[in-house]
Amino acid sequence: MNITKVLDAKGLACPMPIVKTKKAMNELESGQVLEILTTDKGAKNDLTAWAKSGGHEVLNFEEENGVLKFWIKKG
Amino acid sequence: MTEKKKTTIVLFSGDYDKAMAAYIIANGAAAYDHEVTIFHTFWGLNALRKDENIPVKKGFMEKMFGKMMPRGADKMGLSKMNFAGFGQKMIKDVIKKHNALELPQLIEMAQEQDVKLVACTMTMDLLGLKEEELMDHIEYAGVAAYLADAEDGNVNLFI
Repeated sequence: MNITKVLDAKGLACPMPIVKTKKAMNELESGQVLEILTTDKGAKNDLTAWAKSGGHEVLNFEEENGVLKFWIKKG
Repeated sequence: MTEKKKTTIVLFSGDYDKAMAAYIIANGAAAYDHEVTIFHTFWGLNALRKDENIPVKKGFMEKMFGKMMPRGADKMGLSKMNFAGFGQKMIKDVIKKHNALELPQLIEMAQEQDVKLVACTMTMDLLGLKEEELMDHIEYAGVAAYLADAEDGNVNLFI
């Protein structure tokens, strides 16, 4: 997987992860992949719903030592 | 993509916690690429007040209102367990501990995200608030302008 950009949103609380993700996504071209790291427990549902609504694709999701990792492909 | 969706929020309350909820939803909706409007009326107008004293000409009642109402978002009290302002200080500590944003920062971020902040002019008159006393870069309107935004809106809240 080719990751274009990594967004570190660890430690940030709602609504920051989603706001930062949106800003980061604006800088990408369609088809490019954004990696997002967050510790906000709500982010799993939040980012999944956000990606779906915006027409983006969640390629993969992992949880490791309390850090949630997302890979989202811009639609 | 299709036409932008709209979120409209009426912020009636002047409580710190309720305004926080309103601004978190507004920021989330902006991240969802919605066109977002927050229409501030009655006590919600205090969220838009500048924190310094602005000398403007006012009648007796207007002066009284001006003195009794919080000057800006940072000074608003909690809807529950405010304990004469002590509760609000506690909440701010908790907010910092959890790395969440305080209300003034949420408002700033909403402006960065082009959330339209509107002050209701009729209630400004009732409470004696002048344009000079409110933040810059906001709009002034009445019920019709609000309805124009809300009637083809997708999310509409009264807080």
